[in-house]
Amino acid sequence: MDTNILFIFILAVFVGFEVISKVPSMLHTPLMSGTNAIHGIILFGGILVLADAATPLAQALGFVAVIFGSANVFGGFMVTDRMLRMFKKKKSP
Amino acid sequence: MSSTIVALLIIGVAVLFILGIKLLSSPKTARLGNLVAAAGMTIALIILHKPNGDYVWSQGWSFNYTLIAIGTVIGIVVGALGAYSVKMTAMPQMVALFNGLGGGAAALVASLEFVKPDHDITTFIAGSMLFATLIGSLSFSGSIIAYLKLQGKFEKPMTFPGQNILNGLILLVILGLCGFLTLHAAGGNATLAFIVLFSLALFFGVAMVMPIGGADMPVVISLLNSFTGLAVAADGFAINNLAMVVAGTLVGSSGTLLTLLMCKAMNRPVTNVLFGAFGSSGGAGGAATGDLAGKTVKPIQADEVALLLAYAQQVVIVPGYGMAVAQAQHSVRELSDELGKRGVEVRFAIHPVAGRMPGHMNVLLAEANVPYDQLVEMEAINPSMDRVDVCLVIGANDVVNPAAREEKTSPIYGMPIIEADRCKSVIVMKRSMAAGFAGIENHLFYKDNTRMLFGDAKASLNALVAAVKAS
Repeated sequence: MDTNILFIFILAVFVGFEVISKVPSMLHTPLMSGTNAIHGIILFGGILVLADAATPLAQALGFVAVIFGSANVFGGFMVTDRMLRMFKKKKSP
Repeated sequence: MSSTIVALLIIGVAVLFILGIKLLSSPKTARLGNLVAAAGMTIALIILHKPNGDYVWSQGWSFNYTLIAIGTVIGIVVGALGAYSVKMTAMPQMVALFNGLGGGAAALVASLEFVKPDHDITTFIAGSMLFATLIGSLSFSGSIIAYLKLQGKFEKPMTFPGQNILNGLILLVILGLCGFLTLHAAGGNATLAFIVLFSLALFFGVAMVMPIGGADMPVVISLLNSFTGLAVAADGFAINNLAMVVAGTLVGSSGTLLTLLMCKAMNRPVTNVLFGAFGSSGGAGGAATGDLAGKTVKPIQADEVALLLAYAQQVVIVPGYGMAVAQAQHSVRELSDELGKRGVEVRFAIHPVAGRMPGHMNVLLAEANVPYDQLVEMEAINPSMDRVDVCLVIGANDVVNPAAREEKTSPIYGMPIIEADRCKSVIVMKRSMAAGFAGIENHLFYKDNTRMLFGDAKASLNALVAAVKAS
């Protein structure tokens, strides 16, 4: 078993905890939405299994996985950007 | 592509994801953070490699690649339609839906890898695949229930005796199946057991979210979001993709912390949110608090409120879900601008759980161009509430209920609130005398310094704007 990947996993757990330890509550929803988009990386998992799919059933399920993943990653980033576009500072008069 | 360059680029992807989340946690840089994370995603796509090390985009074009292209485009269209057509008030549902799709994809990817006929896998990899299948499908069905609850379908907690025991039993069966499959990853029985596991996990997602009330959905969505992250990380282990492990784990751990932060803002332990079926025990007791008997609320007209506001020095506006429902955020901004022109200092007091999602109010007010430095968080504004002349409560209820401070028997006792009752005068804008989401009476409405302005929030605010302009 490759222990390097476990090592990276453990480090990532701690980085994830540390990196958002101080977030104003106004950013909780955009932050949730932004991290939601990041796990949309599952699209690439879908691409990998579909690329190697050998049976019609595997192709069908892989196809669904790609659609789901694609909607997750693209929709996720777009909806986050739409929320955040609205955070503007008051223009100085 | 040389493997050294790919390895370096993967490090770059990890840095961009971490930086993206970091930048997302400050208002000034949040939008940039989202773009940084998207850039990381683009690089991860360009350098995508198969588990055996082949570069994905240098293989010959096949029917499967056509399917990939079509599927991706369908996803983009669905995602864009969802992201840009949804109303700002329905943002939380949209996040829930996207999260569910991600969970579903994670489960499908893991299942397809698991049932692949011609491969032998280690116990560790089999475990990762089963974990991803279980958590991914649970997140899928749970998110859809959360979405429906936020859309107003079966908002009330759905409970029956022995529910927690039944859920516990299902969980035991699921874990038993996982154990069996980890050891016997091949054979006819395995496929059957796998299908049973998949269905039970889907059902468990429904059973887990159904007993939780609509008001607690933000916490549930945040939790399911971190679940999906962990499922994606497990998939990354299964197909040996480092970028997926890093991205999924970052989401899993930051999402867990975010969930705990949200619960802290409501002063409730996470176990209480998930298994407590809020209000089912304390609701009746809270509603019948004796000292409210005989007291009545005092209504007020818009003209009078306008005068109070126009000649105040400090005004605090407390927005709540009622403002979102009435789509009144633009009218609120108009009122605040009008008062600003007259030299009144206007601030918005934002409770961490006002609305249906933390930050919900900020997003709505930002949409209406209220500058974010005018939005003040609960802890920051409470110490100065005594000096405030008028506090305008727009469609907020539980988050300003002094019962949280005064009434030991109240189900919301101990929840931090915006202390509106300490202001010189309080105007509560409300459609009717219905109780809030927690289903309990609000003591604020009966205080001597409180007046009620009944009616649709948007209509009342427009009347206020006109009256302030005229005065």
